[in-house]
Amino acid sequence: MKLANFTVETDADGIALVSWDQPERSMNVITPDMMADLATVIDTLAADAAVKGIVVTSAKSDFSAGADLTMLQGVRAEYRRRAEADGQEAALAFFFEETRKLSLLYRKLETCGKPVAAAIRGLCLGGGFELALACHHRVLSDDASSRVGLPEIKVGLFPGGGGTQRVARLLATPDALQFLFRGEQIKPAMAKTMGLVHAVVAGDQVVQAAKDWIKGGGKAVAPWDVKGFKAPSGKVFSPVGMQIFPAANAIYRRETYDNYPAAKAILASVYEGLQLPMDLALKVESRYFAKILRSKEAAAMIRSLFVSMGELNKGARRPVGVPASELKTIGIVGAGFMGAGIAYVTAEAGMNVVLLDRDLEAAEKGKAYSDNLMAGRIKKGRAKPEAKEALLARIRTTADYADLKDCDLIIEAVFEDPKIKADVIASTEAVIAPQVVFASNTSTLPITGLARASSRPDQFVGIHFFSPVEKMLLVEIIKGKKTGDKALAAALDYVRAIKKTPIVVNDARGFYANRCVGAYIREGHLMLMEGVPPAMIETVAKMAGMPVGPLSLNDEVAIDLGLKIARATKAELGEDAVDPEQEKLLVAMVETHGRLGRKNGKGFYDYPENGPKRLWPGVADLQREKLDADAIDVEMLKQRFLVAQALEAARSFEEGIVTDAREADVGSIIGFGFAPFTGGTLSYIDGMGAKAFVELCKKLEKACGARFKPNRQLVKMAKAGGSYYGAEAPAPTREAA
Amino acid sequence: MAEAYIYDHVRTPRGRGKPDGSLHECSTLKLAASVLEEIRDRNELDTKLVDDVVLGCVDPVGEAGSDIARAAALTADFGDHVPGVQINRFCASGLDAVNFAAAQVMAGQHEMTIGGGVESMSRVGMGAAGGAWPMDPAIAIKSYFMPQGISADLIATRYGFNRDDVDAYAVESQKRAALAWSEGRFERSVVSVKDVNGLTILDRDEHMRPQTDMQSLGQLRPSFIEMGQMGGFDAVAIQAHPEVEQVNHVHHAGNSSGIVDGAAAVLIGSKKAGKAAGLKPRGRIRAFANIGSEPAMMLTGPVDVTRKLLKRAGMKVSDIDLFELNEAFASVVLRYLQAFEIDPAIMNVNGGAIAMGHPLGATGAMILGTALDELERTGKETALVTLCIGAGMGTATIIERV
Repeated sequence: MKLANFTVETDADGIALVSWDQPERSMNVITPDMMADLATVIDTLAADAAVKGIVVTSAKSDFSAGADLTMLQGVRAEYRRRAEADGQEAALAFFFEETRKLSLLYRKLETCGKPVAAAIRGLCLGGGFELALACHHRVLSDDASSRVGLPEIKVGLFPGGGGTQRVARLLATPDALQFLFRGEQIKPAMAKTMGLVHAVVAGDQVVQAAKDWIKGGGKAVAPWDVKGFKAPSGKVFSPVGMQIFPAANAIYRRETYDNYPAAKAILASVYEGLQLPMDLALKVESRYFAKILRSKEAAAMIRSLFVSMGELNKGARRPVGVPASELKTIGIVGAGFMGAGIAYVTAEAGMNVVLLDRDLEAAEKGKAYSDNLMAGRIKKGRAKPEAKEALLARIRTTADYADLKDCDLIIEAVFEDPKIKADVIASTEAVIAPQVVFASNTSTLPITGLARASSRPDQFVGIHFFSPVEKMLLVEIIKGKKTGDKALAAALDYVRAIKKTPIVVNDARGFYANRCVGAYIREGHLMLMEGVPPAMIETVAKMAGMPVGPLSLNDEVAIDLGLKIARATKAELGEDAVDPEQEKLLVAMVETHGRLGRKNGKGFYDYPENGPKRLWPGVADLQREKLDADAIDVEMLKQRFLVAQALEAARSFEEGIVTDAREADVGSIIGFGFAPFTGGTLSYIDGMGAKAFVELCKKLEKACGARFKPNRQLVKMAKAGGSYYGAEAPAPTREAA
Repeated sequence: MAEAYIYDHVRTPRGRGKPDGSLHECSTLKLAASVLEEIRDRNELDTKLVDDVVLGCVDPVGEAGSDIARAAALTADFGDHVPGVQINRFCASGLDAVNFAAAQVMAGQHEMTIGGGVESMSRVGMGAAGGAWPMDPAIAIKSYFMPQGISADLIATRYGFNRDDVDAYAVESQKRAALAWSEGRFERSVVSVKDVNGLTILDRDEHMRPQTDMQSLGQLRPSFIEMGQMGGFDAVAIQAHPEVEQVNHVHHAGNSSGIVDGAAAVLIGSKKAGKAAGLKPRGRIRAFANIGSEPAMMLTGPVDVTRKLLKRAGMKVSDIDLFELNEAFASVVLRYLQAFEIDPAIMNVNGGAIAMGHPLGATGAMILGTALDELERTGKETALVTLCIGAGMGTATIIERV
């Protein structure tokens, strides 16, 4: 046996230990090479009468992270090539056979005639866990880092290596569906309780325990291949099944708004598969897998949420040649809600924090935020008390600027007032070392303007967090006109250290994310003024793929803030910059009715003490007329929500505010939840093609007004047939400032 | 086109559809055969004249499976030559069976047919037949499947009927049914179910609760709250009708149709066949129609099918003297009254399924008979009979006296 990916060692008992050890990789992943090797291993061992059983394990600290997603992208490309060369039918046949190879290979292992046990340490995910599921017995190490799971759904895929069928035959159907839908990584004790693994033992015992199972007479047959096998929930068409599937279908819709074909394919595979013998069930799963792999949604989600996000996290936008920043102690000025959150994530990442506010009491209040968060985690069993003590010990509170002198980076999060900020900048720069970078967490003030208060504007940068800091994954890094590479690198290094995803944007009102969010909320406001039922606005936004309706979102960020921004925008850009209908609504809400949003318990919603929020009945009275719900084009409402945001992204791109399509896309999904299945704002445009998008804009412009007028670059792209990701991708008109 | 005349109608009383119901001891076959026997005997019908027996049945499995219509015709000694076919269009099956039987006559292919239906809900059980619609993701998701009670609650929410509205309707149904029974208005149609010795097992609808009032109904908890929330169906309703912020659950056992056992049969024939059998027609099937309606709202099909039927028949709402709309849920009837602005006094004048029960496959044939009896009693001419149907459909038939 000549193998590059495995070593095989047969012991005196005739048990072959197959160790997966992919060359030149820190993590085992499934590749064509690995699959060829595994086939050889199975054939050879199955044919060897001296082999009594097989233990599959990993020579690395983790078992496997699953399939190489770029390999799947390769098969898609080959499919498209063949479709052009040989026609659709032949290309589909090729694609189906190619993408079910892994499933057939695992089935071959499962039916090879020898008892097979998996000895698992560390991560065992996706196709890696599906390999383990195809073994007759699974032993998992009890290490804190051990996890099993099928996370494919998170990038728009689903387990196509037998995962849906084996899990549905191991767990009760509702549990199986929940496990497959959520894509969660399961800890050892829970994995054992659920029945995903048979045994949990100490890390150095997994191979022995696996061998012991074989020596103890472990059977070479999976339970579902034994005659008379009954699935844990019985037959699909049974009183029990009739309780399960109708609700599962409804819950699928509740959770996805029917926007995620991979989740629907899981449901279909389980429903159909459970009515079939295993081999045919696997074939049906493979058919859905081939369909999902070719779906626009999977392609978009893999690109944005796996490839692009990975690249951004690894510092794709970091200026080359700048040495790594030394970030031991971070000074945070302003211990309000944002500053307190920044202090928490910084200390959580192991850095020291000097948290400064005007008096010690205020600073301590900011620190208490970390105390509360950690207490909550401990209560949920997600942290140990010692971790809390250590984290709090890293946060030093002060009211004295002199205490900032040893900091390696300063982040200010004080009140959004240029004068106050200027004072903070001056006081801070008076004490910090000359090379230290100063970052502002402003969300509304241009960085270039703030930098004027700095004596070293090349070391001045924006680090814009989203609220709540500990939950939001995105950070916008804003380059002012004079921001230098060193400041940019320091900001990126910091964001990497706190394990968030950075996008680098140029200075402009609202930067990138808030500009799109503003367009989204405005669309909701305008629909309301047109007479669309308020509930419809909220639900249709979610049907379009947004996580929160625009009216809810406005309640969260505060309606008076919206009015303030509208007025500031008008003052700066002129009367036409704000839609009068929108302003009328905001004035009525804030000034006539005193409804400011969740913060005063009165917004577009009422917030009763006991019970969920309900739309404020008075909202309907602000409408000039009320449209008949049956006559409203719901599809067009959905389009308005997505197009308004995507168009704002396209304009931002043309204006050079966001300069990288990956950043626009990733930022839109993790920053403001833009319909993830589209791959993000610019992928949404690419997905339908610039031409179709421009036509859609024009249709909406005609129906709803000039705010939908496509920008020049888009119109040009539509004519020339370009795309944001294609070879002929457009360049921003204004390069990085 | 030949005319299809109604020569007679019979039905069993409706037994509570539970193990303690009086008809629980009677098989589906016995119920179906008993109405066939009765319609033959009281008309002294020569069954040689019968060309087909069409029976509706919604859960045609177990003892109700394998073409219960043929089994019933043979059991009732109609003779080897009388075929039977069982059909299923959910709650309208009984009316569709009558329409199908009439259509054979109208098409000139058969001379005398029987349409009817049977359901032993206590023995077979609602949903026993399974089916793709609620289960298979390929259809359930696309069609916004939800249990009918949630659709009924969605109708109430969407069209503005509150708990008092639906309860008041239910109280009225009970009152009207009680009055109808006390005045013997069902005498002509209801035939007692008897045992093998000829002993009466049941001779009255036993689901009725004539003492029902607003207060007693007010005690009942809405039936579909948990299903709506835990089962995810409220979210399905809201995605189908995003104008609705939340589903107002108003239906419960007291304002929904009762679960009961029963059977019915309608004798249909051409003029010629009636003469040959020496029978006088009681009425005429003027027109009928079927339609598919929005599946999420599901139970508004009667409104759509009525519009279609009136248009086809060249009639107006005001041409109809009497309406029979199956009381599957109170909101179904309230929405229908609202849509056509019909006077409640000419709708379900003798009560309906809320009081007397809804033996799924049989109901359509039962309420057609109720309408015919009422036309005769009051000397009116024209009635429209309709039912709402699972998966969003409607069936309606216009009958008139001759």
